[in-house]
Amino acid sequence: MIRRADCLVLGAGPAGTEAALAAAEAGLDVVLIDEQADAGGQGWRAPLGSLTLPRKGADAEAGDRLRSRLAASGVDRRLGRRVWSVGGAFRLDAVGPDGAEAYEAPRLIAATGAHERVVPFPGWTLPGVIGLAGATVLLKAQAVLPGRRVVVAGAGPLLFAVAAGIVAKGGTVAAIVDMDGRLAWARRLPGLARRLDLLKEGLGWTWSILGARVPFLAGHGVRCATGRSEVEAVIVGPVDADGAPIAGPERRFACDALAVGHGLVPGGEVPKILRAAHLYDRLRGGFIPELDPYGRTTIENLYACGDGTGIRGARPSAAAGRLAGLAAAHDAGRLDAAAFTALAEPTLQVLSEYRPFADTVAGAMALRPAQVAAIDPATVVCRCEDVSRAEIDAAVDAGASDINQMKHFTRCGMGPCQGRMCGDVAAELVAQRRGVTRETVGYWTQRVPLRPVPFDTMIGSFDYADIPIPPPAPL
Amino acid sequence: MSQAPIYDLGVIGGGVVGSTLALLAQRGGLSTAILDRGPLCREASGVNAGTLTLQMTRVALIPHAMRAHAMWASARDWLGHDVGVVVCDGLSLAFTEREAALLEERAGKRRAAGAPITIISRDEALRVEPGISDKILMAGHCVVDGYANAYLTGQAFRAALVDAGVAVMENRGVSGLDRTDKGFVAQTAQGPVSFRRVVLAGGVWIEPMMAWLGVHLPIKVLVNQLSVTERIRPVMRTVVGIASGLLSLKQYPHGTVVIGGGWQGIGDRERGGVELVPERLVGNIRLACHAIPELAGARLARAWAGLEAETADALPAAGPIPGIPDAYVCGSIHSGYTSGPSIARSLADVILGREPDLPLFPIDRLMKAAPP
Repeated sequence: MIRRADCLVLGAGPAGTEAALAAAEAGLDVVLIDEQADAGGQGWRAPLGSLTLPRKGADAEAGDRLRSRLAASGVDRRLGRRVWSVGGAFRLDAVGPDGAEAYEAPRLIAATGAHERVVPFPGWTLPGVIGLAGATVLLKAQAVLPGRRVVVAGAGPLLFAVAAGIVAKGGTVAAIVDMDGRLAWARRLPGLARRLDLLKEGLGWTWSILGARVPFLAGHGVRCATGRSEVEAVIVGPVDADGAPIAGPERRFACDALAVGHGLVPGGEVPKILRAAHLYDRLRGGFIPELDPYGRTTIENLYACGDGTGIRGARPSAAAGRLAGLAAAHDAGRLDAAAFTALAEPTLQVLSEYRPFADTVAGAMALRPAQVAAIDPATVVCRCEDVSRAEIDAAVDAGASDINQMKHFTRCGMGPCQGRMCGDVAAELVAQRRGVTRETVGYWTQRVPLRPVPFDTMIGSFDYADIPIPPPAPL
Repeated sequence: MSQAPIYDLGVIGGGVVGSTLALLAQRGGLSTAILDRGPLCREASGVNAGTLTLQMTRVALIPHAMRAHAMWASARDWLGHDVGVVVCDGLSLAFTEREAALLEERAGKRRAAGAPITIISRDEALRVEPGISDKILMAGHCVVDGYANAYLTGQAFRAALVDAGVAVMENRGVSGLDRTDKGFVAQTAQGPVSFRRVVLAGGVWIEPMMAWLGVHLPIKVLVNQLSVTERIRPVMRTVVGIASGLLSLKQYPHGTVVIGGGWQGIGDRERGGVELVPERLVGNIRLACHAIPELAGARLARAWAGLEAETADALPAAGPIPGIPDAYVCGSIHSGYTSGPSIARSLADVILGREPDLPLFPIDRLMKAAPP
């Protein structure tokens, strides 16, 4: 059975949920689909099951508000579904609690979010090394500490969110290691001050970290993580403003976990599969779909919003989601031009108010090319397929001129993460080795499934006689 | 400024067929250029299932497929590079009486053409391949089977062509082909390339290529769906198909299982393989899991669609282009991976003035008047 609707929204984070709400309020029959059990995405994630957390942060409260508005809406919520196929104009195929499902609608809003970037260093694949975003999932959804004594390293605001979360849950932060120098944050203050509410949140993290007397190393990066079968220590050293290691004293911190991340990369799987036009924007995290101000892609009736269209953060994503939902309703003829303008204008205004803040935060999370240039040749870049930087360089020297040809030469990006973990860094390595732009090197050809999907749930039970085997080829 | 070279031979289309031809022609003494609008072996040749089975090969192509199998198996010797070829047994399964009849008929005709295929019992088949379902009635068994690793062909051919001295012109799309008194001039955005002889080896794009020369050769476009699992523990050790031919299945040494068989997706010559049809992907995977039950525990990692060319009679277009001296076509082979290198070798022989050991498939039979 195919569930037909006016509009499908894929991804129930702040962007997708707001999109679904706006479109449904305008009268569209909307289906909202996500693989998580509850709406909220990564940023406004709900605690698992019956878990109740003693003290709620601003994100949890924002998530609760969003979830209660969604519960009171007419949106058809299909959560806990893993969408594996996107096609047509438009059809989604998913596996859910009762097996295979299919959805069809003339409009699709893609809000599939971002994934994290870890620029590799020796030891980054050791057990106990976890991404900053992964650490926030543990803390927010499961109230679990990544370790008893954690080094928190990398770049961007997640550093402080994770460190503060660990402190709040009684863990020890061995050190915060920030690639940015103190000067970089001082320069950012004007941009951050444009959103005092969010700046306050950041200062709250800082306050709790200060209270815990956590060593803070600005302008430092991870040199390596060491340990026999799991991480036992992290060695850090100074880096310059571009992220390249520079001479200076190194320090060693004993730990049983390292939470490390260097920003986020827009996912954008759906617009890529459907062949919307993309452009490279380093500030926004990588390749992003070309959009009009309301989130219309270059494919008719396909919209995109949220961090999958460029890293901005949860609140701007929510505003962008609302715009995409309104645009879908308008394009479907449910909102006339006047009503659309009246509803969209204030949200456009909100979005533009967020922009200096969002740009400032995105700047801290953007790829640092000099950091990639400094990756040691022996370091594994693609952890699924065990492909080192040296092997990527060798593939380029053997004639691989773009990211997909390099993939063919090395298997880089062919593993279960489908190239999410390594893609941005691998493409940067190819571009640097060739001395060409990221546009020239391109991005992975996006394939289905959107996530690896178990055969047994995909195929269900069947009789051999019912398999629609096509007629044989000529003999 | 030095004069632009005039190559003895220009090959347009850098898949397995074009690359083999260019390599053999250069080694035979012809200065050769190979042009492709993208990197080498990135269309059908790079996204292929890579199966080297005789049990899905057309009867007329069995001799070529057997010679090509030997060429693939000895790639390290003549190509000089590894393309991940594994030689193993192949099984074609019959689950129903109807399939059993089909299997016996088809295996018999292929055997008559020289393929060493025998019909074996269920128990014998289970000894050859313990991974298969015990629901089979019988199987076709062939010791000449195996597979290449499609994504390695570009790297291997590129290195071999460069080593041999072929002018490798990747990312160089040809927009037109002009005849001159000295031969042919291919027009590209990066400037013209001249050669005395030309081979059009563009797979599904042979039809528009032939139009450059005013020749109409209809080529159908098949859009074959393929899928691959994550790495899993060994669940099979042979190439497995079914009697109707709509399954090709094997596990690579690194653990992934590639599932193909020619289930059709959506796409065309202009846009490539655009989209998969979910029901057909599920059908193909059901068939695969029915054949190898342990496969049901795997996860789908990637699925895609690649284009395959087919002539009106589903036999190759390989030979001189009638009415155009020094112009040749080679492609649309129907089992391009299995037979392609051998057919390319026969055409290289003809271009080098040698008598080929195995016959070509001249296109006179397929020619129609150009549409007005």
